[in-house]
Amino acid sequence: MHKRFRWRYIEEFIIKIMMILSTILIAGSLAAILLTVIMKGLPGLNLAMITQIPKGGYYLGKEGGILNAIIGSLYLAGGGTLLALLIGLPIALGLNSYASDFQGHDTRWSILVRLALDVMWGIPSIVYGAFGFTLMLFIGMRASLLAGIIVLAALELPILTRAMDEFIRMMPFELEDAALSLGATRLEVASTVIFRQLLPGLATAVLLAFGRGIGDAASVLFTAGYTDRIPTSLLDPAASLPLAIFFQLGTPYPEVQARAYSAALVLTGIVLFTSLSSRWLSRRLGRFAVK
Amino acid sequence: MQAHIQVRKLNVYYEGVQALKDITLEIPKNKITVILGPSGCGKTTLLKSMNRFLELSNTTKITGKVFVDGMDIYTPGTDVTEIRKKLGLLAQRPFPLPMSIFDNVAYGMRIHGIKRGADMNSAVEHYLGLAGLWEEVKDRLHVPAASLSIGQQQRLCLARGLAVEPEILLGDEPTSALDPISAQHIEHRLQDLKKQYTIVLVTHILRQAKRLADYVVFMYMGELVESGPADDMFENPRKARTRAYFEGEF
Amino acid sequence: MRSRPILISKSIWDLIGGRIWQPLQGEFGFYPFIIGTIWVTVIAMLIAIPPCLLNALYLAEYARPVTRALLKPLLDLLAGIPSVVYGVWGMIVIVPWVQHVSPSLSKLLRIKVSNPTGFSVLAGGIVLAVMVAPVIISVVYEVVESVPDGLRQASLAVGATHWQTIKYAVIPEAIPGIIAAVVLGFSRAFGETMAVLMVVGNVPQVPTSIFEPAYPLTALIANNYGEMMSIPLYDAALMGAALLLLVIMVIFNLISAMILNRIIRHKY
Repeated sequence: MHKRFRWRYIEEFIIKIMMILSTILIAGSLAAILLTVIMKGLPGLNLAMITQIPKGGYYLGKEGGILNAIIGSLYLAGGGTLLALLIGLPIALGLNSYASDFQGHDTRWSILVRLALDVMWGIPSIVYGAFGFTLMLFIGMRASLLAGIIVLAALELPILTRAMDEFIRMMPFELEDAALSLGATRLEVASTVIFRQLLPGLATAVLLAFGRGIGDAASVLFTAGYTDRIPTSLLDPAASLPLAIFFQLGTPYPEVQARAYSAALVLTGIVLFTSLSSRWLSRRLGRFAVK
Repeated sequence: MQAHIQVRKLNVYYEGVQALKDITLEIPKNKITVILGPSGCGKTTLLKSMNRFLELSNTTKITGKVFVDGMDIYTPGTDVTEIRKKLGLLAQRPFPLPMSIFDNVAYGMRIHGIKRGADMNSAVEHYLGLAGLWEEVKDRLHVPAASLSIGQQQRLCLARGLAVEPEILLGDEPTSALDPISAQHIEHRLQDLKKQYTIVLVTHILRQAKRLADYVVFMYMGELVESGPADDMFENPRKARTRAYFEGEF
Repeated sequence: MRSRPILISKSIWDLIGGRIWQPLQGEFGFYPFIIGTIWVTVIAMLIAIPPCLLNALYLAEYARPVTRALLKPLLDLLAGIPSVVYGVWGMIVIVPWVQHVSPSLSKLLRIKVSNPTGFSVLAGGIVLAVMVAPVIISVVYEVVESVPDGLRQASLAVGATHWQTIKYAVIPEAIPGIIAAVVLGFSRAFGETMAVLMVVGNVPQVPTSIFEPAYPLTALIANNYGEMMSIPLYDAALMGAALLLLVIMVIFNLISAMILNRIIRHKY
């Protein structure tokens, strides 16, 4: 009874080859993207680039660096993530405790909220930007850091909340009981045991949302504006890396374009760093977590 | 006694832990052999070594030989799918394939290219009849198999397994998930089928073994303790442990 | 929601059906943009689905644990790359490639081409396909993983090969999930702004072939916000576009959420 070359083995072989090709295709795309960014951005990347703001009156000035965009992005994404965290954490916690002792999701309320979050999750960033803009007009706000932060927070909220929700759901509820039975008060339990348990998950969620927010262009396009300068107050317009790339790439000047590539490299670097550190962080802090 | 399957010095390791130790035994042709023993003793492992299902997990290591009709099924280069065609498996939980009743039975035949066209219809009828299911489903052959009751599903799986014309039927506690009536149905079918097939069953229900077995193999902690004709074993078990098991001590 | 007060002065059917987009003359037909978005998205899905399915199946069924551990983070990385960076890559790599390849390719497919640049539906489709890939792959992977082993064993027990088992048992069982993954990918591609904008040409016409440029709805909103305020009704039009986009996305999301929910409930 030895293997004979029949059609079904040949079919399997062909499919396997196609699978491997597909994998190479996809892995190759990632490699291509990273390579492109590195190759184009690295030459222009020097200390001056990172630490200076563009000189020359108009924001497409030929000299200087991208510091305005770097700081701007950090402010925007940082502020947005913080705001999202402030709103999202209570929601995530609430979803899980008002539905009978950290277990089950039976309340109509929680199903509705989760559904709303799911819908919000799928809304494209430009729609957030457009609505933010309309709101700004309504209130009479001009393009500013604050507006950008609010819109980014709205964009990040579903991502953040959903991620935190997943983590909290995974936590075994006996943990709370175990701590309470040792005589701790509810608050003590919450702040020590539960917090420690959730920390890796929360940190990961925050980094995830941050990475999403910093890379987004469409939402800040209308709302944060763009400027050569580093914003000094919440009402100043703010530059962001994605917009820096976009605008500068569109100019006919090669020096400015070179800046755009460097900005792309910096942005990609930040995002990769965020992604890797969230992995590392969750592994590190997760050592104390009970599975 | 004519041996259909011969196991020689079979050792099986799961992730470094030894599950079967030096098993040597013979399975007689056209009889029902029941493998008995407490949970975890390796009965299912032994069963699955016969249709080479052990390899499905990549942490198993197997040494020794298993001869079916005189040929070692573990010889490198052997076509595993042919072996599995020869030895059908009836699992503990019935898993109908996501297709109609007809297609479930026809599946094996189509895969191996055994029958086609008009022949297929009569073949499906034949095997459903062997499994004792034909009367109940003959007018709804094309509904999804998942709509059957669990007892019917198990009989469907039996028909599906028989359709590839195996010589040996392996059963891994085939009635433990079923209600008593369906279980009885399956037992009757098996008793009928032994005229044409060699049957090896794993069970932990002593009573079932007493009802069905022609030949008994008793295992404990991965070792073969005793084996022999059923009447012999049940009346006069030679080893103390065997006796203890039969008297319900563990 | 909030754009409705601005929209009161428009009639819906005129908008969606209108083919001419000339803001200066007060003509605001959305049709070319809708069609443009559909073209790009459909092409992206056609390009993306076969490799992604194969990849997900490979990861779930065939790959060794080592390979799997390597590839999954890779997918996460791919998913995290910001859309502008995809756009940059698209401009530098894909557009010239399309430009290079379109004479011969169009001859092969017997399509007439009048666009000498590489900025086209095809370029947009390719970039979007890569963007959407991680989403599709991970969802399909999860779904395939969740198919119970007993089913695979049932097929193997009658002597089927691994691939036959996948083809006849695993995939049919996983179909609802696969559909959900596709819908999810479709909606992601539909709503993508920056990456498409940078490679697709932004010409407000109905594209007649994949080598033509197009102007997706998202790019429309993004490109024109600056001039919005100066022309009457322009801002209302753009807001209307945003609203349309929102509605479409919400519908898509609800559909795929419902499908995924049904699968999860089905399993337990």
